[in-house]
Amino acid sequence: MSTTIAVVLMLAVVAYAVFGGADYGAGFWDLIAGGPDRGSRPRRVIERAIGPVWEANHVWLIFIFVVMWTAFPEAYASITLTLYVPLAIAALGIVLRGTSFAFRKVVVSTRYRRMFGAGFASSSVLVPYCMGAIAGGIASGEVPAGGEAGDPVDSWINPTSVVSGVLAVAVVAYLAAVYLVWDARRQGDADMVEYFRRRAMVAAVVVAAASTVGLLVLRADASYVFDGLKSRGLALVIVSVGCGAGALVLLVRGAPRGARLLAMLAVASLIASWGAAQWPYLLPESLTVSDAAAPTGTLQAVLAAVLLAILFVLPGFVLLFVLDQRDLLPEEGVEDAGDRAPDNLPG
Amino acid sequence: MSATLNELVAIADVDPVPWARAQMAFTLACHIILVPLGVSWALMTLIANYRAIRHDDRDALVLAQRWSKYMAVTFAVGAVTGTVLSFEFGLLWPKFMGRWGEAFGVPFAFEGLFFFTEAIFLAIYIFGWRRLKPWTHFWTGVPIVLAGIFGSASVVAANAWMNSPSGFTLDSNGNVIDVDPVGVIFNDAMPLQAAHMILAAYVVGGFLVASVYATGMLRGRQDRYHRLGFVIAFTVAAVATPIQMGVGDALARWVFNNQPAKFAAIEMVPETSKDVPETLLGHLNEDGTVSGGIKIPGLASWLSDPSTGSSTTVQGLNEFPADERPTTRQVNVVHLAWDVMIGLGTLLFLLSVWYAASWIFRRRMPASKWFLRAAACSGVLAIITMEAGWVVAEVGRQPWIVYHHMKVEDAATANTGIWIMFIVVVILYLALAVTTILVLRAMSRRFRRSGGFTDHDTPYGPSESLEDAEVKAGEKTVR
Repeated sequence: MSTTIAVVLMLAVVAYAVFGGADYGAGFWDLIAGGPDRGSRPRRVIERAIGPVWEANHVWLIFIFVVMWTAFPEAYASITLTLYVPLAIAALGIVLRGTSFAFRKVVVSTRYRRMFGAGFASSSVLVPYCMGAIAGGIASGEVPAGGEAGDPVDSWINPTSVVSGVLAVAVVAYLAAVYLVWDARRQGDADMVEYFRRRAMVAAVVVAAASTVGLLVLRADASYVFDGLKSRGLALVIVSVGCGAGALVLLVRGAPRGARLLAMLAVASLIASWGAAQWPYLLPESLTVSDAAAPTGTLQAVLAAVLLAILFVLPGFVLLFVLDQRDLLPEEGVEDAGDRAPDNLPG
Repeated sequence: MSATLNELVAIADVDPVPWARAQMAFTLACHIILVPLGVSWALMTLIANYRAIRHDDRDALVLAQRWSKYMAVTFAVGAVTGTVLSFEFGLLWPKFMGRWGEAFGVPFAFEGLFFFTEAIFLAIYIFGWRRLKPWTHFWTGVPIVLAGIFGSASVVAANAWMNSPSGFTLDSNGNVIDVDPVGVIFNDAMPLQAAHMILAAYVVGGFLVASVYATGMLRGRQDRYHRLGFVIAFTVAAVATPIQMGVGDALARWVFNNQPAKFAAIEMVPETSKDVPETLLGHLNEDGTVSGGIKIPGLASWLSDPSTGSSTTVQGLNEFPADERPTTRQVNVVHLAWDVMIGLGTLLFLLSVWYAASWIFRRRMPASKWFLRAAACSGVLAIITMEAGWVVAEVGRQPWIVYHHMKVEDAATANTGIWIMFIVVVILYLALAVTTILVLRAMSRRFRRSGGFTDHDTPYGPSESLEDAEVKAGEKTVR
């Protein structure tokens, strides 16, 4: 049973990365889109693309936390005791990002839009970096078992954490760029299709490079996970590389439909390969999944909740995405032409 | 260099327990203000939406649409402040989560479902105004209301479990070895506590929204739109308030029967006795005497169990070892918070009675300026009432985090640097509070200026094509 829950946890992490991660990645492109004039068109695409879905995507994180502390309380205690600095930064970053995005949507003056935009975009980079650093700290065995604290600094400022943090930012930016190609296409903005297609290709190359560096770092710094990638996780690594390469080819050829799916698969299998590589450990070489698991009754309750989620929440999730992709959920700003004019006057 | 570093470390090295408590209290106190809006505003919006479609009521339609846009902002703030709480369980109380997570966490697994549902349908509802069919759109709002109710019930189930832990088996070392999820969720305190919080959400949400429209009417905006906004919200609150008093009374009796130390703190009873007076205000001294306050003879005993009346015995603080009951200071806090909750709750109840009487006898809402003035204050008063009630529940439980199983001081993190996080959180949240209010006000002003609908096209109407929107956007950029 603990294995099933661990798989559920991994799927939730993958879902958060593939859906929620892309919303962070969109924030990355928002950050580097340039000044208010040059950046207004990409920002418009970004705002429309993530507006209706980011809160639902964000719930995956809550789900990960809940499964973690309910099904694996000892590991949760160890992780939060050890990695409290990046966790605290991520929590504050999440507050800043969510509220800034919501506020930016409903204010009209350029000054305030820029202020909230900066809050949204900078925290969109900070949070995935912290998440990556946390994952790196866990992967490199910095978190001890038994609800004990590891080193509060080395646990997240170490080679594996740094490279995982950078990789996380690159991955979410890559996914976002790929998705934004479609969002721009849906919004009928050919220039922006091209804009994000180019960025998606660059990001793909950066992800590939960061992953390669990551492998070298893992070999030196997290040998258990490195060995796991060569054995237990090898199939997933190959799938990831294959899908990533396929997606890149399709992006070069003008981004037909399959590119988005391949990009999602590439990222999903990349993350899943990490999970497979550290199996059977939840905290590599100190706590196995089965040792960390809560009593059976708790695991059954979590499974019941997951089944209910599949029955009732998943259809809602699909409905939201279908409606969104069919443009049935258009942007609902509060601006009107009359208000906007004075704020946009030059000087 | 290293001396300075050591000094810095020494400064940062403070007892984490009070800081952990302060941060949890502060972030919860902030989040709990947003909860009522998340739970009850959706219902009010749907009432307006229903009226709009059923009676082709344009004012109601404008209300529903604007409320949904405000809701988008308050929900986002609520979602992220709620996320902070789930980080804090680990960051502040890792030992509590490590030992009890397998039981305490269970209700949250189900809360996650409801939060998902709420986020999904809120997005569909908020963004669905223009392109979904009217009734389809209306029905996408219904899951938000249900998810709000069941979601808060789940969260409160976890809190209630801390008051009446059940559904688990311990081994000889005190570790949880078996969990009965049903026993955890439906613990003894859960039904009444959950009902009390859900009703509080309707009371606070209703009065808060109504108070905004009451203020508008006092400023001369006496149009039908403002009246409608007021009536929908105030009616929700006025219906919930009397029910809330009944549930609150039952919950107090539950505390009397199950958490006598908390009850002794609430009623400020130093020594076990019969014929215990209800003390309004007053102060408990370190030597166990009560000074000041107005005493109503026998009332506390009588309320505790009306069947035995004033001869009901109420256990006093002297029954419990000093380290198993709230400290004197905490008793004073609990008692004052209790008085505030009861006092303000009663005022809100009287206001609801005034409103109901006017509808019954005159078939309209009270016309008096004084009623509107009171209603304009009701939102803030309702928030204070709710916060006070929450202080009673939480401070009254001290020193326990899991009643009779684990103390707060044993649950907190050992990280001595968390005071830094607390200061950052306070600054961030204060900025967030100010900004949220400013943004909501700016939205309201803009809505008012633009008169009717604020977007390029109307809800449920033919929508502007994307190309037109692009052209307009282009023009704006050029200009």
